[in-house]
Amino acid sequence: MYLIGFLICFPLIMALLLYLIKNDHVRKYFVYAACGVIIAASVLFAVRQIIGGANGTYLRNTHLIDLLMSGVELVLFGVIVYYSIRYRKYYVVFIAAVQEFLLLWMEFFGPEIAHPTAHIYSDRLTLIMCLIIGIVGCLICIYATGYMKDYHNHHKDFKNRKPFFFSMLFVFLGAMYGLVCSNNLTWIYFFWEITSLCSFLLIGYNKTEEAIKNSFRALWMNLLGGLAFAIAIVYCRLVYQIDGLQELVLMGAKGVLVIIPVILLAFAGLTKSAQLPFSGWLLGAMVAPTPTSALLHSATMVKAGVYLLLRLSPALAGNLAGTMVTSIGGFTFFATSLLAIAQTDGKKVLAYSTVSNLGLITACAGVGIHEAVWAGILLMIFHAVSKSLMFLSVGAVENCTGSRNIEDMHGLIVKLPKLAFVMIVGIAGMFLAPFGMLISKWAALKAFVDSKSILMVVFLVYGSASTLFYWTKWLGKIIAVVHNSEKKKDITKRSEWTSLLSQAVIMIILCVTFPIISAHLIEPLLSEMFHDTIPVIISKGNVFIMAMMLCMIAILPIVARLLTHTRRQKVVLSYMGGANTGDDRNFVNSFEQETKMYLAGWYMEDYFGEKRLWRPSLIGATAALVILMIIAIGGAV
Amino acid sequence: MWIRIVWTILFLILGPFAGGLLAGIDRKITARLQGRRGPSVWQPFYDLLKLFRKQAVIVNSIQDFLICGFFIFIVFTGALFFWGGDLLLVFFSLTLAGIFFMMSACSANSPFSAMGAQRELMQTMAYEPMVLLAAIGFYVCNGSFAVSDIAQAHLPAVLYLPGVFLGFLYILTIKFRKSPFDISTSHHAHQEMVKGITTELSGPILALVELAHWYENVFLLGVIALFFVASSWWTWILAVVMCIVCYFFEILIDNTFARVKWQEMLKTAWSVTLVAGAVNIMIVILIL
Repeated sequence: MYLIGFLICFPLIMALLLYLIKNDHVRKYFVYAACGVIIAASVLFAVRQIIGGANGTYLRNTHLIDLLMSGVELVLFGVIVYYSIRYRKYYVVFIAAVQEFLLLWMEFFGPEIAHPTAHIYSDRLTLIMCLIIGIVGCLICIYATGYMKDYHNHHKDFKNRKPFFFSMLFVFLGAMYGLVCSNNLTWIYFFWEITSLCSFLLIGYNKTEEAIKNSFRALWMNLLGGLAFAIAIVYCRLVYQIDGLQELVLMGAKGVLVIIPVILLAFAGLTKSAQLPFSGWLLGAMVAPTPTSALLHSATMVKAGVYLLLRLSPALAGNLAGTMVTSIGGFTFFATSLLAIAQTDGKKVLAYSTVSNLGLITACAGVGIHEAVWAGILLMIFHAVSKSLMFLSVGAVENCTGSRNIEDMHGLIVKLPKLAFVMIVGIAGMFLAPFGMLISKWAALKAFVDSKSILMVVFLVYGSASTLFYWTKWLGKIIAVVHNSEKKKDITKRSEWTSLLSQAVIMIILCVTFPIISAHLIEPLLSEMFHDTIPVIISKGNVFIMAMMLCMIAILPIVARLLTHTRRQKVVLSYMGGANTGDDRNFVNSFEQETKMYLAGWYMEDYFGEKRLWRPSLIGATAALVILMIIAIGGAV
Repeated sequence: MWIRIVWTILFLILGPFAGGLLAGIDRKITARLQGRRGPSVWQPFYDLLKLFRKQAVIVNSIQDFLICGFFIFIVFTGALFFWGGDLLLVFFSLTLAGIFFMMSACSANSPFSAMGAQRELMQTMAYEPMVLLAAIGFYVCNGSFAVSDIAQAHLPAVLYLPGVFLGFLYILTIKFRKSPFDISTSHHAHQEMVKGITTELSGPILALVELAHWYENVFLLGVIALFFVASSWWTWILAVVMCIVCYFFEILIDNTFARVKWQEMLKTAWSVTLVAGAVNIMIVILIL
């Protein structure tokens, strides 16, 4: 219990301290120390939970803390009002004011609840989330110490607001811990709003016009989700006299009609996890410095959305709310993986791929059967690590070469071999057999077939094909070996390397140990969530075969050596119709002039570009969302 | 258990012979269709042996490493299939092999092989949905992804999955690298791509690619056979006959169609997948 309190409060205290430290050097060590403590505490928490075995429920009566929270919430509201008026975005004030009013009214004039719920609840999902937030989140913070220095060297025109930046990162971590450990809906909402506000402030860090525009887009979309959340809280208290998430899910799983609050909460989850039609805010978030994107995309923010959906999943099984969540998720997976094909900006590809993967997790949560939720949780774990790894390595490459365009990463394996290797690990983890994500995609496919949702199957198979396309294209760019290219100076800092390498190692370890994670964390969790025993999801034989594939890849270099060793090889230039001019970079054209060769990837703007696909997918998703919500809520009333 | 091991070993040993013979017969029939005499059916074996004896001319050393990966995983794919393993895993492994192949072409940094790799990738994107749907189709009919279970079904799967079978036949043209979908590389000379994805490969490394393709073709015919086999003995004869018929059909298509652009390939392959594959599976789910 005290450990949970520590996990929530410690980052917040550190945030306050970091805000006051103006010296770069001192700040660096403070961040290292804080991250070390948080990682240690998270691991300790996990170990104690696993050994202790029992789930914990704590804090039944918390009048004082509730009052304090109401106070803080008012302050947050004040901040939102201040920024909205300063930048003349009055609609934001309106959305914020409605929910603030609702909650304050509930807090002070709402009906007393006879059996108040435990405010803090922890089980294995909490534990998994704590590990993700703690380890991935802190590694990103460590990376940020080195990155931000280079960032401000490259961008002299942005005001240096590093103390603020680091303090926001830690507020984010603290809020995430609060979110995943709380059970009381009002508490979850409180932390939910903090993360919304934090992301708003972090996205707007540069204060350029684009940054401000995008940060407000993030704010209003997330506040809209917050509004749905607030209405759900009020509804729960007035109609069912409950105020806990677990109680709500339990009622839903037992078949009591709770579809209205469930669908409202699911809506909030969809906005936070940036599902279509709300994907715009996450795509816009890449204007911020790389650590922010990494944090938003991997360990925090969007994970809060899918966390809520996964928690709700027993109550989503087989009803209209579930259908809504699954359809939106599946469609998002498909549409955004097509959109990612046409992107040349590395970070934008990553952003689309995040939305796409979250779509898959969302779809899994909406199906609400254990195979699907198993796949969803595993996807969430793998995605957190590999996406953070990808973002950070793209950031490091950008600092070294000055570009994050995929086309400019041509030949990276020669130019920056170490970073290229880390990137290859990240990409392989995203879509290749037998690594990480693919296992969960496999389970998801099985679950969709078992739940007879053919539409989801179709989305999944087409989406997987296009996912394959954009990742392989990127991989091909990195791996090109250009003659006579020089190694570039790798200015990646020690702190950045620490973070990158630890994540690459974690990624590999996860790939090898996923059956253990499944057996000790996910399966017990599912049997609690669904109150029955869990069938075997991936059989021993198949795990063995996948291990065999991993071994084959590991010994591949040796085999390749053996197969080609005995022969004498002749190294030549690549073929250019016989018109090379001494290396494989230039050729003689038809005017007998030397022309530089340029190998472009396929992006097919006309077919998969945002201009062509973005609007239709937005309209389609909005229509599906609105129609399904109306049917579900109308049917319940 | 023993029978599975025997199947795997049979594939590993006889696979290349069957594949090579198939290639030889293919060339013979194609020649006859075009009014030529054509080479002996053993010609592919002579070609392969000659390639193995040549000196390796390479562009860089990553290339042969990646080609070895391609070869090993193609063989693994086939072995896993004939062992009776999980069909989805088989297809995932096939994809992995394909990625090794494309990466080797990309690493060469050559205009023709890079173009070939991009086109190959487009081909993969075009056929991947149908391949996965085929696996799902078998699962829906038999309740298992394991090839060993599917081959023991009461009735041949094709009775439930005629649409999936047709769809698979459609993308098989892409997988066999037959016209109209031989856009990444082709058996025929004189094309704008030189030799496409294999432009920068030569000697023993090219031989390895050829060998891998033989294994791959045998494996793909194995998938065709899987649509027809069931517990009764005569279905096995039917399966062999159907494999021959299908292969002949592909040769016929190869010789009667001109090559199409990738847009046509992607559009038609995805549409056929949706109409023939997905609708078929939906109906099976509804009636079973």
